Amino acid sequence: MKLKTLFAILLAFTLVAAACGDDEETGSGSSGSCDDVTTKVDGTLTVATGETVYPPWMGAGADDFDDPTTGTGYEGALVYALAEELGFSADNVTFVRTPFDTVIAPGEKDWDFNIQQYSITAERDEVVDFSDGYYQVEQAIIGAADSPAASAGSIAGLKDLRLGAAIGTTSLDYIDSVIEPSSAAQVYDDNAAAKAAFDAGQVDGIVFDLPTAYYITAVEITDASIIGVLPRTDGEPEELGMLFEEGSPLVPCVNDALAALFANGTMDAIEDEWLNQGGSVPSLSN
Amino acid sequence: MSLHGPPTSEIDLDGEGEPPRRRLLSSTSALLQEEGAKAAIVAVVSTLAFFGLATLLILSSPNWPRVRDQFFNPDDFAKAAPDVVRGFWLNLELFAKSMLVIPILALIVAVMRSLRGPAFFPIRLIAVLFTDIFRGIPLILLVLLLGFGVPALQIDFLPRSAEFWGLSALALSYSAYTAEIYRSGIDAVPESQRSSARALGLTQWQAMRFAILPQAVRNVVPALMNTVVSLQKDVALVSILGIREAVREAQIYTSRTFNYTSYLVATLLFLAISIPLTRFVDWYTARDRRLRSQAQV
Repeated sequence: MKLKTLFAILLAFTLVAAACGDDEETGSGSSGSCDDVTTKVDGTLTVATGETVYPPWMGAGADDFDDPTTGTGYEGALVYALAEELGFSADNVTFVRTPFDTVIAPGEKDWDFNIQQYSITAERDEVVDFSDGYYQVEQAIIGAADSPAASAGSIAGLKDLRLGAAIGTTSLDYIDSVIEPSSAAQVYDDNAAAKAAFDAGQVDGIVFDLPTAYYITAVEITDASIIGVLPRTDGEPEELGMLFEEGSPLVPCVNDALAALFANGTMDAIEDEWLNQGGSVPSLSN
Repeated sequence: MSLHGPPTSEIDLDGEGEPPRRRLLSSTSALLQEEGAKAAIVAVVSTLAFFGLATLLILSSPNWPRVRDQFFNPDDFAKAAPDVVRGFWLNLELFAKSMLVIPILALIVAVMRSLRGPAFFPIRLIAVLFTDIFRGIPLILLVLLLGFGVPALQIDFLPRSAEFWGLSALALSYSAYTAEIYRSGIDAVPESQRSSARALGLTQWQAMRFAILPQAVRNVVPALMNTVVSLQKDVALVSILGIREAVREAQIYTSRTFNYTSYLVATLLFLAISIPLTRFVDWYTARDRRLRSQAQV
């Protein structure tokens, strides 16, 4: 009797699951024209970004920390410029916050694209789709002005330091594959934790992308400075791109809009306004 | 699947030439065995049906090929394994080190709290504060507070290493829990034991050491073992201090490649330790219960 009930329940589950599986969306990527962009929510561009957004990327105005809707910061300005190019008014842009893991989990997403300094890599591209690059990243190392890190003139001089980086960043990959320090890099949940470890004297230097390094040394860890910009690795320059769910029909449209923004000088203006205020910093040699 | 009954051939089902009571007994035994066989068949069928249908459900789900590639990818498994395994050695090291501290610290706190008499009030107070505070703070906050907070004070004679403070947080939190387990064991020892020991001329300390504690600890061993299993997994929390243990290495791989298979590596490693540990606790508890029930007869 009990067994029968069990069978019935399992059968019901199977049927429900099968039924749910049938209504998969069809016709992805065949939208053709970008004049009438189809988004997740009709008439609205739903943009995902990180839970806590940091200057100089978003919320970089005077009093709008962690507020992406003000359109301040490099990525904030980019989102609104793109929206306009795609035919959405600023009122029709909504932001949702996504922790890192929900971005890469399989399954349908409820946002059109995600922008939070994702580096485009071939491995990631297998699971998600990326737009063309919107910014070429350089890595920089920060440290206390009087620390041994400060006197390192080259990559070799960094090998014996205790280095740290935030998880999911290419800064970490850079340490692991280019600097190859003698003790493995510490890996933090986010920039805030890396900063805490620096304050606690647990690391000598932290590697960030250059714009973030500018911001952190100017605002958050004021007793540290940028020791140097790290030399580029061989091969393709590292680029940031917007992230889409695999097979999103929006990718070509956003790429067209991005190309238009590069062509008409908007991207240069945004970069000048938000990223190029750090002054000059020394570069480290290989 | 109990096979303890005698083989069927030896049972005299007709019961000829036996007293009625014996006959009843043997037919009951046959009946029981038949019941057992029936139960075994039902168990096997329902298990197969359950897992078969569950597998079918998963394999037929529309997103399964993608989930398979992202969670159960053999290539990624092989690529992630060396780093995750290396991280896991660190887990084991931290686990072993904290296992050296926790039982002792916890016992001291428990004994402190069980001392009688007004003169010991300050000691009891310290013990109560210790358990209240370290049991009350969520472990993850304790790890952050000690790991990032204390070294930031820049006190010269204190170590700054993340590992040291991560371990301290684990040890303090688990000692507070373990002390309470010890205390429940101490409280469960009948008051008469203490009185008798004192009446025999033992000091308060001697009564604790020779009469109360041996019984108390034995009472709580299963509960203590449970804490050990839990500790083994919670070691992973020190990763928030930047320490690259197994879970953190798995996270690093996932964030680099957007592939979750590295978590599977870490899961299997943890299971490889915790399942034998859990089975051992079960075995030990069962054995202890059996020995005691025999002793009482």
